[in-house]
Parts: sequence; structure tokens; C-alpha cells
Amino acid sequence: MLLEVDNLHVFYGRIEAIKGISFTVDEGEIVTLIGANGAGKTTTLKTVSGVRPAAQGRIRFEGKDITKMPAHKRTEMGIVQSPEGRGIFPGMTVLENLDMGCYVRRRGVVSTRTQDLERVFSLFPRLAERKSQAGGSLSGGEQQMLAIGRALMSQPRIMLLDEPSMGLAPMLIQQIFEIVTEINQQGTTVLLVEQNAAQALKRADRAYVLETGRVVKTDVAANLLDDPAVRAAYLGGH
Amino acid sequence: MTFSNFIEQFWPSTINGLVLGSIYALIALGYTLVYGVLRLINFANSEVFMLSAFGSFWALQILGVPYRLGNGDDPYKTGLALVGTLGFMMLVSMVVGGTVAMGLERIAYRPLRKRHAPRLVFLISAIGASFAMSEAVGEFGPRGRQEYGIQRVLQKRKVFSIFSADVRNDYIIVVVGALLMMTVLVLFVNRTRIGRGIRAVAQDMETARLMGVNVDRVILITFLVGGLMAGGAAFLYEIYNGTARNTLGFELGVKAFTAAVLGGIGNIKGALLGGIVLGIIENWGTAIFQSNQKMGSVVAFSVLVLVLMFRPTGLLGEALGRSKA
Repeated sequence: MLLEVDNLHVFYGRIEAIKGISFTVDEGEIVTLIGANGAGKTTTLKTVSGVRPAAQGRIRFEGKDITKMPAHKRTEMGIVQSPEGRGIFPGMTVLENLDMGCYVRRRGVVSTRTQDLERVFSLFPRLAERKSQAGGSLSGGEQQMLAIGRALMSQPRIMLLDEPSMGLAPMLIQQIFEIVTEINQQGTTVLLVEQNAAQALKRADRAYVLETGRVVKTDVAANLLDDPAVRAAYLGGH
Repeated sequence: MTFSNFIEQFWPSTINGLVLGSIYALIALGYTLVYGVLRLINFANSEVFMLSAFGSFWALQILGVPYRLGNGDDPYKTGLALVGTLGFMMLVSMVVGGTVAMGLERIAYRPLRKRHAPRLVFLISAIGASFAMSEAVGEFGPRGRQEYGIQRVLQKRKVFSIFSADVRNDYIIVVVGALLMMTVLVLFVNRTRIGRGIRAVAQDMETARLMGVNVDRVILITFLVGGLMAGGAAFLYEIYNGTARNTLGFELGVKAFTAAVLGGIGNIKGALLGGIVLGIIENWGTAIFQSNQKMGSVVAFSVLVLVLMFRPTGLLGEALGRSKA
């Protein structure tokens, strides 16, 4: 297993947001966490990437216990998150934002920045056109592309994607998910959090359904797509 | 209040303002950088400046420079001896500034951050640290609260004049030195990896962390850089003015903080502009009111209030987060 989360509990102040979640992500998979607003999806991702502390439970990455490891060390290990709301640095240019993606790379290590940039620009030609524009001046869709491209720059072992479809037009959503699939086929493992359950289930190998801080159901994504209860609750009942 | 005095004193006071303003600008950078990354007014930055000024003094003690130069057996330093002495003064001053600033972060701020203390607590901690340092020098310094005269290493002389105003060699050192330090700082923030880390933390701390930035280290480096600037400023101030006391930090710190707000706190270019504008207006004010320095301050702060009325975010607005520099 690449990532194992075991009985995770997370608090916001005195409120328990995550009440004992367990899930796994295997090398090469797309795994999705779906659920309503407030189910704890984003909190789970933030705890995996290390910006939220776990109160209880274990997180293992490549077999190593990383529960107490600081966030920047996890990034060095290859866990990279594209945050909810995209987290573009508004005052930096597109190129500088992409360079923040390879911030963890140390001097002395052979840099693959040029190849990585080429890869990002071939996935998102729009970013190449806007290279020297300020990140804050991009449209929502472009910012989402930049957030994914930036995460790719670090050559992640696993990419944590938080709500990549949020606030985007249907055509753009389609495009973003196609690229997520493509990135996965190129060898990056993906842990995807989505409110757009239909798209997420179509693209993912496996899925976990979260409700108020607990996993209530897990299965192969295609099965959940046909599950009447899931359809009623998350797919608009069709 | 006479304008004939002002017209007469226009060029000398402008040049004086430029010199003092360069020093304000360097200190202001310390406020602005820390505000940029932490949204914290590090009031103790003024005491970093004050202790660095004593650092300059200390450097001359270490070198055994006699107290009165320029008469009899002890001529002013010239040539290499002068350059070496000034270089050592600057080095010690900056080392003191950088060390004190990093110590402040570790002792007064980081423990609070670890406990998620409310914002107000940081401010109180800053003010407390500021008083503690200033009073400690006043109580335990060899000459207590008195003014210390610092050896005059450099013989001040007129180099050239602009209109009727003399430009002295120490003025040139201050302005050129300040410009050099500011240039290095801007290049550091915009061109280096750590500089990019500082900007990332200023713009979005959580995302910076997700990109692998060691935020605690970036914060420490930000304090270090601010301290180095305050240390450089203290060295330049001692070349120009040559006195120090335990309240020196407060006297110049308030002005430098004002300069940072005037230019737009969080904005590096704003700190530079604010420092120079404040220095010049203050000196013009002094000239208008017949060399009454207190009135210079009244004019300078009135201008601040006026500017903030129309531009609440200062002349250039906040920008460590928003724009390139």
C-alpha cells in the first residue's frame, strides 16, 4: 500500500470533525472520497498532507509512519496537495507559481525542471501562453490548471486533489477530469476529494463515501455509480 | 513660522532628510518584512536597532579605538585603516542585529505561535520585549541612561555642494550604503529560492506549507533579514550621528514604523518610499518652524494622518503579498 490511513481522528477546537476514518490508496490508483459538505473530506486531505494535526490514529506512507511528520517533510517524500480554492499565489507569475511546485528540490540533485515544465505546458497549453502573467489575474479554470500543474512540478508519488471542479463550467470540469485521468495514466497516484460525485466515480478506481466524519460505504467506483442509495444521496437520484 | 527660513534652508534640509530617511527606510524594512509574513507589528524591531547601535560602539572598543580622534597623537583614520574599521563596525552591528532579531522570534513569538495564541498576545509580547531590552540597557549599561558618544572614526568634511547645501562624506556613505543594502534585499526576495519562500508564506501560508516550504525556517530568516537591515541602519546612523542611548530605538523606531505605514506596510518599495518621504518632510517641517525639531515631527505625523485619510493602505498599499516586491 502506498498510503494507509488507520482510525484517524481530527478535531477543530473541541469539535471532532473526523471520527475514526480508515482508508487505503494503492500505487497507481485513483481513489476518491465523496460526500456532502461538512462530511470531513477536506479535513482528511489536510491531515494526510500534514497541515492539520491528527488527534488519534495512524497515517502510513510507503510503510513509514508519518502521523507526526511536519508538512514540508511529507512534501519531500512525494505527498503533494492541490488545495481547495486552488491556493494560487496571487502576486507571483504563472512561472513562479510553477516553480513553487519544485521548491522542495535541493541543490545538488539533478534538476528536471525543464522537462517538468514541458510536461505541464503540454498538458495545459494555456499556462504556457500566460507564463508571465500574475497568478491572481487568471480565470478560475486557468487557476485550477495552474494548481494541478504546480503540484505536478514536484513529481509527486501521490497527488491529493481537493475539489478540482469547484466553481467551474461543465465543459471545463470535463477537461480537468480528463487531465486527471491522463496524469494518472502517466503514473501518478491520485487521491481525489469531490462534491461532484458523478464525475469522481466515473474517473476513480475505488471510492469511499463519507458522512459526518465517518466512512459509511466503500466499494469499486463503478459499483457505487449503480448503488441506489448513493445515486439517491449524491447523484441527484437519476 | 517663517517661509524665508524654509526657502533658505530648503536644500540643506532636503539633503538631511534624504540621509535620515534612508536610515528610516532600512529600519522600516524590518517592520514591513515581518508584517508581510506574520501580520505582526514587531515593535521590538526598534530595540534591535538600538542594540545594534551599541554593537557599533562595542566594535570600536574591541579594536581599541581611542575615544577622541582628530587631535594630537590620534589622527582620524584614513585609507585602508578607515575602511577596515568601518567594515568591522558594520559587521558587528549587523551580527548583533541579526542575532537579536532571531532571538526575539525564538523567545517572544514562536512559543506563542505553537500555542495558537490570539493576535493581541503577540502585540503585548512585542511591546514587552521592547521595554525589557530598552530598560535593561538603561539599568545595566556602563553609563546607564546617559547618552553615549561614539568615537568619530571618519573625519567629516564637505565633498561638494548642491545649490547652497553642503554634501558631506558621511551623508554619501549613509545614502549609498542604504541603497546597496536595499538592492541586495530586493534581489534576495525576488531572485532566490528562500526569497520565493518568504513571498509564498506572505501570500498564502498554508499553501506554502503544502509546497514543502518550512514555514518556521522562513519566518526565522525573515526576522534575520529584518535584523540585518536594522543592524546596517544602526551602523550608518552612528557614522552620521555618533550617539546612542537606551531610548534611541524608541526615537527612531516610531519614525521608521510610521515610514512603513506611510509607504504601505507589507510593501518593500513602500518602506523605501515612506522612509525617504518621512525624512524629507520632517526636515522641511523643522526648517519651516525655525529649526524646532519637535515641530518637524508634528509636521511629519500630520502628513501621515492626512495621507492615511485618503489612502488608508499607505502610498503604495500592501504588496509583499500582492505584487512582485
